[in-house]
Parts: sequence; structure tokens; C-alpha cells
Amino acid sequence: MSAGLRLDHLRIARGGAVLVALDLHVAPGEVVTIMGPSGSGKSTLLAAVLGHLAPGFRMEGRVWLDGRDITALPVRARRVGILFQDDILFPHLSVGGNLAFALPARVHDRQARIATALEAAGLGGFEGRDPATLSGGQRTRVALMRTLLAEPQALLLDEPFSRLDAAMRAQMRSFMLTRAAEAGVPVLMVTHDVEDARAAGGRVLDPLGTPLRV
Amino acid sequence: MRRGAGWRPRSGWLVLAPVLTVALLAGPVLAGLAGVLLPAFGWLPALGGEGPTLAPWRALAEWPGLWPSLRLTLGTGFAATLISLGVTLLFVAGWQGTRSFAAVVRLLSPLLSVPHAAAAFGLAFLIAPSGWIARAVSPALTGWERPPDWLTVNDPAGLALILGLVVKEVPFLLLMTLAALGQADSRRSALVAQTLGYGRVAGWFKVVLPRVWPQLRLPVLAVLAYSLSVVDMALILGPTRPPTLAVQVLVWMGHPDLAFRFVAAAGAALMGLVVAGSLGVFWLGERGVARLGRAWAEAGGRGRGLDVVARPLGLGLAALAAGLVLAGLAGLMVWSVAGLWRFPEVWPQGLGLGTWARAAPGLWAAGATTALIGLVAVLVAVALVIGCLEAEDRAGGPPRRALWLIWLPLIVPQVAFLPGLQTLALVLGLDGGVAAVTAAHVVFVLPYVFLALADPWRAWDRRAGMVAAALGAGPWRVLWAVRLPMLLRPVLTAAAVGFAVSVAQYLPTLLIGGGRVSTLTTEAVALAAGANRRVIGVWAVAQMALPMLGFLIALAVPALVFARRRGMAA
Repeated sequence: MSAGLRLDHLRIARGGAVLVALDLHVAPGEVVTIMGPSGSGKSTLLAAVLGHLAPGFRMEGRVWLDGRDITALPVRARRVGILFQDDILFPHLSVGGNLAFALPARVHDRQARIATALEAAGLGGFEGRDPATLSGGQRTRVALMRTLLAEPQALLLDEPFSRLDAAMRAQMRSFMLTRAAEAGVPVLMVTHDVEDARAAGGRVLDPLGTPLRV
Repeated sequence: MRRGAGWRPRSGWLVLAPVLTVALLAGPVLAGLAGVLLPAFGWLPALGGEGPTLAPWRALAEWPGLWPSLRLTLGTGFAATLISLGVTLLFVAGWQGTRSFAAVVRLLSPLLSVPHAAAAFGLAFLIAPSGWIARAVSPALTGWERPPDWLTVNDPAGLALILGLVVKEVPFLLLMTLAALGQADSRRSALVAQTLGYGRVAGWFKVVLPRVWPQLRLPVLAVLAYSLSVVDMALILGPTRPPTLAVQVLVWMGHPDLAFRFVAAAGAALMGLVVAGSLGVFWLGERGVARLGRAWAEAGGRGRGLDVVARPLGLGLAALAAGLVLAGLAGLMVWSVAGLWRFPEVWPQGLGLGTWARAAPGLWAAGATTALIGLVAVLVAVALVIGCLEAEDRAGGPPRRALWLIWLPLIVPQVAFLPGLQTLALVLGLDGGVAAVTAAHVVFVLPYVFLALADPWRAWDRRAGMVAAALGAGPWRVLWAVRLPMLLRPVLTAAAVGFAVSVAQYLPTLLIGGGRVSTLTTEAVALAAGANRRVIGVWAVAQMALPMLGFLIALAVPALVFARRRGMAA
């Protein structure tokens, strides 16, 4: 049993080209950044960890999460949370409804939990708001809180800052990394932005496992 | 040209196209409703009705079959709609994005072109006591040496009718759902729900359905209106004593004593009320379900156990719907060439073209009429739709509000306004001939052509037009030399859809043609009362083959024209 996310000789190829080759352990609370230009296999890696790799890719190796082998599990059973480039808030639910959607059914003090999460995100009292009326930064924060409320055992970040303007970026980076550290889960971030990688402060690799200095 | 709006030529007389279209769709519906309401209150001087009086309504109320017929109409209509919707949504929720999904969609899509009457006959041949299903298990499992004395077709509860409606409506709702899914960000939303731990089916219903529903609402209401008021399928599969209200109206319309026109008008008006009321009830129900659904979504239940039951059920039912239609069509074909075929035998003793040869003269005549009506109606409809879309484009801005009128002929039941049109024609002394029938077909063909063509038309890359305009081409030359050729495939597909709709029309052909215009569909449905399966097989196969021919041409022409243009490949 080892806590954290373990990519055990993970190798993904399409046609003849190897896109991902990683042998890596991300401890709880640690942030590892995978950096590379677009088309370099970053999204392929996330899809593999998430469990929805498109047909046509060949994957070898295994993925372990807190000692569970999740390689063959469907997306819904993995307990891997992800934050996409776009926030993908559900437009038919309120901000509070989006968070309630993520909260496990066994939680009883739902309204209180949602209120606390919104406070923590600096969005106290936003429960009834229509997501469409939020700013980009606010939406990203709601999306992160939604991901965390589902109590994931690992967190994937897919270029989560690329849609934000420069001023917002620094603020969102520290917000997100602080929340992730509080949650005490292993974090795997992919980005093409050196600043993101620097701010994360952890190891930085390319998709083929070569350590990068940033 | 407007600044910043890109290349937009002026509309010119194209503005007439939408006006003409709306008039063409709304005019007959409104005139027909008037032609129903006036005699329903006793006013029809040509037949001695000087009204106003409630006598027609009293006559309707005194018909002993009224309440059973209404119960039957509502029961079959709602059951067929809810089951079709349930099967479609369950299937899409459980299987969107998988290979099984693609396979079943490929299987179901062509079934949309099968006329309702042909599908109904095929189903009847399958489930009849002497049908293929009974033969397949007899006498081995059942011990039957002769067909059991069961009423599986025309059963008094209308179960066969419900089944027939469901197998025809599932392909329609499925294609409508697919079109809506393309516009919502459905795949990523469903993925987010799954990363949060939701089962496929529960996640889809909670996050994708609420977003596709606005585009699905009108198609579902059209299915409800159609199911409540269907005539041809009800004549073939439905109960007889009493029949559904729509069929009874037709019976009264066809009564040799013209005095029955008054009670027929009251019945048609009641049919309109029944459909309007049902649409209202559905709409209220929808709001209630939406409210419960939101609470369900926010309660956070992951519903992963649901997948175990719901996914196989969804796939099984969708495949069953496709399988029943396909097996039914196969049955029609076999019967049409069957020689001696005694009961428990699964296959006829001999095959031959004798039935076809005997039916040939009638088939050719009716087939030619059907094709002529269909081609002219499609030509008019395609021209009007292209005119509307081009006018919309040149005017700029979002699609016109008035376009919801497109759905009018699909939602106002045929049996509620066509009798009125016939009555009006009678009063005005117009003789319903092929031309009148063709005009009536345009009303029903046009909406489908529009629905099939609007999306590809709007998705066209405008830059090609801008380049042509920059080279000096005027707007009409851009339309003829650039846009239409580039959109040849969707235009022909839309035309094939329209042709299939025209071929399948029963009530307009019968009522507007005054019973004197014979098409493949009117002839086939007329055979329902008789029992010669070989003849029915021949006519139903012909009725089904004609639309398929249309789709083949729509596939073949672009493939031939653009054989050497890889950029135009499908």
C-alpha cells in the first residue's frame, strides 16, 4: 500500500509514435507538472489517468491510486478529479446546484457544506447565482470547488489557467495550489506555460519522462 | 452591405419566400380549422346547414363509442409517446459515444424513410397469430398446428397500435436527439459527471438531458400529436369497435349520407381539442418533472447501480425496435413472393412473382401518380426552403421567430383540419385532383425539408461566398455556382426526406383527392380490411421501395458528380 498516484511504467503509443513514457510517483500534497508543446501527449496522459483514452491508442503499464490498481476501472469509479481548461459548469443548475451535484449523497448538511466551500473560494452568498453571470476567474473557482467537493483521491489540472488574463492568473494559481495542498491529494498538472510550472514549485517533466529545469 | 457583418448581398424579391412559406403553411391549417368549426356548429349551407346549432355536438355525444374511443385515443397516444421517448433517452444516455451506439444508429436511421403503413403491415405480419413469431415457435414450443384464436393485431386495448407507433417514432426521436446533442457540449459535460463519480445513465439524465430538452421539446410534442391522431397505422393495427377518434372521424367523413359531415366536423374539432389539451398536460408534466429532476440532481446520488439495469435495457429495447421493423419488412417481402405457405411452416413451399405480375398494372399506375405528386411537391418545397434560408442569410441576424410556424402542420393533427379543407373544396365546387393533392402534400413535406436542410445550410463556410463575391460574382451567381453545388449532398438528402414524407401521406391524399387519387399508400391502406397477405406484401413493399429509391439517388448523384473531388467526399 502506497499513498498517492503512481504511474507504473506507463507507456502510450499511437501508430508507431510513443507519446507518453512515465514512471512516476506523486505523493499526497505534491504537485508534479508535465510540460510540453501542444500535441506532445499531455492530453493523452490525462485521458489515460482519467480512464477515457480514445480507441487507437496503445497503453502499457499500470496506474495506481492509494494502492488501488485503477488501470481497468471506468471513469466514474476512479475517484480522480479533473479541472479542464474550460470550467464546464452546468448551465441549467445554479452555482449552489453545481456544487450540490458534486457533493456525495451521504452528506446531510448539504447547504452548510456548500456555503463553506463558497466562502473558501471568496464567493460567499453566491449559491443562487446563475453561472452565466460569473466572471472567468469566479467560474474557475466554482469549478475547482466542485471538483474538490466530490472528495477525489487525486487531482488533474489541464491547463487550468490558460483562459485567464495575466492579472488573474497569478491569483488563481496560488488559490488553486493552496486548495489542492489543503485537500492533501496528489496533483498532476499539464501545461505549456513555464510560469505555471514555476509557480507549482514541484518537479517538472516532459511527457516522455525527461526532467526539465524551469 | 452592413459594416462588420461580412459579406451580405441585398435580399431583393427573395423576401417573398418566407412570406409565401408562412402563408402556405398557416393558410391551409387555418382555413381547414375554419372549415371544421363552421359545420361543427351546424353552418354549411351547401348541405342545408343554416346553424348555429349544437346538434352536431349532441350527435357526437350520443355516439355510444365516444368515451371508450376517447380513452383509447388518449391511452395509445400517451403510451406510445412516453415509451418512445423513454427508449430513446435510455439508449442515448447509456450508450452515447460507444461502438454499439454507432451500430444501432446506423441500423435505425434508414427506418425513418419507411412509411408508417408499410411498417405497420410488417409488424402485423410478425405478431399476428399466424405471423412469423408464432410460426418460429410452432409447433415445437406451443404445440399449435393451426393459428391460435388470439387478437394480437387490432386488439381492443390498442397494444399493437402502441407497439407500431413506438417502433416508428424511436428512429425519429433518436435522430432529433442526435441533432440536439451536437449543439450542446454533451460529451464533456457527461465526462465531468463521470469524473465526479456519476454512473453513465444517471449522469446523462442529470447534466445532458436538461440541455438538449429545449431542442427536443417540439419533436416530442409532434410525436404526441401524431400518436393521438394517427389514421393509417390505426386502420391497420388499431382496434375497431370502437376505433380511435381519428379513425371514427374518417368513417363519418366517408359516410355516403352527407349529413354525417356535421358530426364528422364536431369529431374533428374534438380531436383538435384533445390534442391541444394533451399538449398542455404534457407541458405541465414536463415542468413538474424538471422541478423534481433538479432536486434529484442536487441530492448528489451517483446512481451507479442504475447502469447495470438501464444500459442493457436501453440497448435491448432500441435494438428490438429496429429488429421488429426490419423483420417486418423482410416478412412483407417474403409474403409478396410466397407461393403456398401453410401455418406452422417458417418458409413458404415455393417462391414466385405471380402476385407481382397480377398487381403490376395497378402498381405502375399508382406508383407513377405517387412519384409525380412527390416530385412536384418536393420541388416546390425545396425551392421555398432554399428561398427562406437564403433570405434569412442575406438579411443577417438570427433565424426569424416566425419559423416556429414550420412545426404547425406537424402539431395540428391532420384529422382536425383536413376534413375542413375538403368541406371548403366541396362548398367552393373545387374538384380535388392530383394538383390539389400535390398542393396539400407541400404543406407536410415543407417542414421536413426545412428541418433537414436548415442546419447544413447555416453551417456552410461563408468565406467561400466572400471569395466568390470578391472575384466579382453577384449574389445569385454565388448561390447557383458556389453554395448550391457545395451543398448538393444535403439538398438532395432533404429532397429525399421530403419525397419519403410525400409518399407516406395517407389522409391528405384520401381527403383532398376525394378518394379518386390513388397512390401506393392509399391503395395499400385500403387493403388492410381484406386479408390477402400476398397482395398486401406487394403493395407495402412497393410503398417502401419508392422512398428508398429516393435516398439511393440522393446518395449516388453527389458521389458520381464529385467522384474526383476529395474535398466533397461524404
